[in-house]
Amino acid sequence: MSDPLLSVRDLHVYLGPSHVLQGVSFDVPKGGVTALLGRNGVGKTTTLRSLLGLVRPRGSVVLDGQDIARLPTHRIVGRGVGYVPEDRDVFAGLTVKENLELAERNGNARYDLVYELFPELRERGEQKAGTLSGGQQQMVAIGRALLNENRILLVDEPTKGLAPLLVTEVARVLERVSETETMLLVEQNLGVVKRIARDAIVLDGGRVTYAGPAEELLSDPARVRSLLGVSGAGGH
Amino acid sequence: MDTFVLLTITGLALGAMYFLIASGLSLIYGLMGVLNFAHGAFITVGTYATWFSETKLDAIGSSPLRFLVAAAIGLAAGAVLGALVEIVLIRPLYLRHIEQALVTVGLSFVLIALVEAIWGPTERIYPTPKWMYETTTILGAQIPNDRFVEIAAAAGVLLALLGFLRYTRYGLIIRAGVENRAMVTALGIDVKKAFTLVFAIGGVAAALAGVLAGVYYGSVDPTQGTSLLIFAFIVTVIGGLGSLTGAAVAAVTVGLLQQYANYYASSGTGDLAVVLLLALTLLVRPGGLAPKVAH
Repeated sequence: MSDPLLSVRDLHVYLGPSHVLQGVSFDVPKGGVTALLGRNGVGKTTTLRSLLGLVRPRGSVVLDGQDIARLPTHRIVGRGVGYVPEDRDVFAGLTVKENLELAERNGNARYDLVYELFPELRERGEQKAGTLSGGQQQMVAIGRALLNENRILLVDEPTKGLAPLLVTEVARVLERVSETETMLLVEQNLGVVKRIARDAIVLDGGRVTYAGPAEELLSDPARVRSLLGVSGAGGH
Repeated sequence: MDTFVLLTITGLALGAMYFLIASGLSLIYGLMGVLNFAHGAFITVGTYATWFSETKLDAIGSSPLRFLVAAAIGLAAGAVLGALVEIVLIRPLYLRHIEQALVTVGLSFVLIALVEAIWGPTERIYPTPKWMYETTTILGAQIPNDRFVEIAAAAGVLLALLGFLRYTRYGLIIRAGVENRAMVTALGIDVKKAFTLVFAIGGVAAALAGVLAGVYYGSVDPTQGTSLLIFAFIVTVIGGLGSLTGAAVAAVTVGLLQQYANYYASSGTGDLAVVLLLALTLLVRPGGLAPKVAH
C-alpha cells in the first residue's frame, strides 16, 4: 500500500474541561472519499477543526510527509487543505462574488469549475450571501473550497438541513469532485456515504473504533447499529 | 437663526472629531474584539507630535505649509504607534480580551504620564494657521474656518475608509473578519496582517482627530485625548460596534445634541443628554444603529 496522504497519530484535543479526542489515529489514502462517521458529539467536527488548526491539538498530523499540527491555520490551508464548515459559515454581509473572491489563494482560481458545478452562483454573484437559501449557501461554501486546487478537502456535514433534492445534488457534486481531489467527509446521511465513500473511519468516545472499507461497514447492519446507533444506509 | 447655524456647524465639527476617533475604535473592536482604551493616548501622541514638530520646523517659512508638514508627522506617529501597539502588546494576548483591554488601559496611563514628564501637564498654545481662526459668514453666523476643515476631514476619512473597505482586498478581509474571523483564517488568509493594518488606520484617524482637536480648542494638554475618548466610546456603541456609517451617524447626532442641549437647555446638560441617548439606544437597539457589519 502506498503512503497515505494524511496520517493522524495520537491526536488529543481538550475543549475546556472536556477531553474530546483521546488519542485518535487514522490514515487517509490519496484519492477518493474517506468518510468520518460517528454518533452526535463524538468529535467528528473537532477532528476536522483540529486538522485545520482551528483548535490546537496534541499529537501529529502529517500531510504529504510534512507535520502540519503546529502550523497556524492560514499556513495549513496554504498547503492545500480546503474546508467546507458544518454550518456553511458564508459571510452574510458580502455578495456571493465577494465570498468567492475572498477564497482566492493564488492566480489560478478555478471560477470555471465552480460555475460549471453551480451555475446559480454566477447568476447570483451580486446577491448578499445572507439572503440566500440554505442550499444556495451550501453551494457558496463548497464553491469557495473548490476555488483553489486542494491536496485534501475537509467537508463537514454538507447535506445537513437540506431538502432531499438538494442532498442528491450535493452528493452528485461531491462525487464529481472526488474524481480529482482527496476528501475527508463528515456525513450523517449514510446514503450519501454509501454512494461516494471508499473508506470509512468511525469515532466513538474520542477514539477510532473502525477504519476500513466503507462498503464492508455499511453492508453489516448489526455493526452499523452498534457503531453508529442507526439502522443503515438509505437512498441517494 | 445665526445662533442655530453656528451651533449646528460647531456640533458637526465636534461630531467630526468624535467620528475620527470612533472609526478606529469601531473597526478594531469589530474585527478583533479589542476594546482599545489606549486610543485616547493615540490622540495625545498625534497632537503632541504635530505641536512639537511645528516648533522645530523653523526652516519652513510658510505657516500653513509648516503646519501641514507637522500634521503629516503627527499622523505618521499615530500610524506607527498603532501598528506597534498591535504587534508588541495585543498580538501576544490574542483572544485574551480582558488582558488586552487591561494592557491598553495601562498603556494609556503610561503614554499620558510620559507626555506629562517630557512637556509638562500645562496647556500649550497650538500652532494654528491664521486662516483657520478667521471666520466665514453663513446665513448671518460668523463660523470659524477650522470648523469646515474638521467636517471636511471627517467626511474625507469616511469616504476613504468606505472606499478602502469596498474596493480593496484588505477591505474585503476586514469586512469578512468582522463577521467571522475564524472562517477568514480557514480560507488561508493571515488575518494578523489585517489586525496590524486596522490598528495603524485607527492610529492615523485618532492622530488626525488630535491635530484637529488642537485647532478646535486652540491648545493642547496631555489629557485632551482621554476626554474626547469618552464621547467617542459612546458614539461607537450607539453606532454599532464594527460599523463606520453607524459611527458617522452617531457622531453627528452626539455632536449636535451636545451643542443644542448646552445652549437651549443650560450649560453642562449636553453631556447628560448624550448619556441619556446612549441609555435609550441600548434599551431600544442593544446592538446599536448598525450592529457588527463593517461598512
